[in-house]
Amino acid sequence: MTTVDLPLVRASGLTKHFGDFEAVRGIDVEVRRGEAFGFLGPNGAGKSSTMRMVACTSPRTGGDLRVLGMDPDVDGPRIRSRIGVVPQEDNLDTELTARQNLEVYGRYFGLSRAHVRSKAVELLDFAQLADRADHEVEPLSGGMKRRLTIARSLVNDPDLLLLDEPTTGLDPQARHLLWDRLFRLKQSGVTLIITTHYMDEAEQLCDRLVVMDGGRIAAEGSPQDLIARHSTREVLELRFAPGDQDAVVPVVTPLADRVEVLPDRLLLYTADGDGVLDAVHARGVRPLSSLVRRSSLEDVFLRLTGRTLVD
Amino acid sequence: MTRTTIPASRSTGVVVGPVRATWLSVESHWLWYRRNWRSSAFSTFLGPVLFLLAMGFGFGSQVRPGAATGGLSYVEHLVPALLVTTAIQNANFDSTYAVFSAFKWSKTYWGAVATPLTPGQVFAGQLTWNALRLGASLAVFLAVAGLLGALTGPAVLWAWVFALLAGTAFSAVVVAWTATRRTDSAFNGLFRFVVMPMTLFTGAFFPMSDLPSWTWPLAWITPAWHGIELSRGAAFGTLGPVALLGHVAYLSALVVVGAVLGRRYFTRRLAV
Repeated sequence: MTTVDLPLVRASGLTKHFGDFEAVRGIDVEVRRGEAFGFLGPNGAGKSSTMRMVACTSPRTGGDLRVLGMDPDVDGPRIRSRIGVVPQEDNLDTELTARQNLEVYGRYFGLSRAHVRSKAVELLDFAQLADRADHEVEPLSGGMKRRLTIARSLVNDPDLLLLDEPTTGLDPQARHLLWDRLFRLKQSGVTLIITTHYMDEAEQLCDRLVVMDGGRIAAEGSPQDLIARHSTREVLELRFAPGDQDAVVPVVTPLADRVEVLPDRLLLYTADGDGVLDAVHARGVRPLSSLVRRSSLEDVFLRLTGRTLVD
Repeated sequence: MTRTTIPASRSTGVVVGPVRATWLSVESHWLWYRRNWRSSAFSTFLGPVLFLLAMGFGFGSQVRPGAATGGLSYVEHLVPALLVTTAIQNANFDSTYAVFSAFKWSKTYWGAVATPLTPGQVFAGQLTWNALRLGASLAVFLAVAGLLGALTGPAVLWAWVFALLAGTAFSAVVVAWTATRRTDSAFNGLFRFVVMPMTLFTGAFFPMSDLPSWTWPLAWITPAWHGIELSRGAAFGTLGPVALLGHVAYLSALVVVGAVLGRRYFTRRLAV
């Protein structure tokens, strides 16, 4: 007898409407056990609506959805008992202590007092909040609150962890600490689903991701796949003094595979950045500064959605 | 043979039954209360006692016992009714700002419904907690009134039962209504134009017969009036069985209506 692992999440033709507004317009997604899966997209792309449907806190409008093999419309509480959710906005009880937040939450999952007590100690340690365990949550920094929210989502040892923009609004140090914690979770076998509008976050954490735009999926693959498929190997960035840029566009366009015009710079897509830079100089174009770099997910995003990411 | 399967769960979470789930929600309110009871101590305990002193003993010293007080001293006559108006006033905050905050400011309801708990259970937990808290605060009030010698006898304990029923009826309806509010702007109006008139003009401090008769139907729809009729009637043994059943039926109906609507509105708001 062979056993085939079903995907932990399987959506087909999934839609979500709010009145006349179509937030999610028929998406097909499969998330496999043990992977870190990302939803990348600008605000309003439908990422959070999708996450809330997967989290079984928002009923779907149409299509089919299975989470852990079950239908959220039928088995919502059972599914929720086995997943962890980190919402976009923290909803900790800020008038309780960090420890109490974990203990109360754990009790909702039917866990015994003794179990949540020891689990809270373990999670406070994991979130590097042991020295704040018995402090009220209110005065904690944004990064600490976020770590506590992540710790809270782990109180039931979830099979699947959903993180909706886990690091939005955090300073770089706090983000790196969080990434480290998420990476450890992944290593320990927890399946992660992450929404983000940070390209570096998606590249660092996600094995596979979809780019969402306007409620639809624009592309799917690993970060490397997507870059290989939708961008060139290198990118030449040219900066000009305000107002000088427009005149240069027709001059440099024939030199590259593709040119993106951003408000503050030009992006020239090519396999050979240095070569194109030489050619640019040879045509007498003098940018204020130039930079040759490898293509990133941000370039894929620009290509697919025709615009830069905005908060 | 090929078997498709979701691998065994390593998760420790389980779904608890509806009663236990409601109780877990109550437990979280209790934990919060244990840390933060000081902030509400004045409004729930001291405020009503000051009212008892000022109105019952102060103002009451000017009122001669008579037909209007059932032959009792004013303060003795007042206590069962004051218990009801205190219940309504205490229920007011717990059913408006506290609930609204959990939707909009602290967002703690949103955290709870991401667990196996359902919106209906979160509502049931809130209402149960409100009732328990009312019961405790009314018991303290009654004990203080007893120490001050304002109680007529053990029958006054019935006043506690009916004040609790009236306060819970009010709370059920208001919690349900609060779940439909998108801003907190209406809560002031509720206090000024519903709770205060309900406290002052439903017979607690002076007989309603002193008011123009067109105001009576307004009083009859309030939980306060039914609560006061029950509470005084039971405390002083002046309540007939028909009146008893009628008032209890009305207040119980309010609890049921509030519970049905509250469950529906919590679900509508939290599962979008």
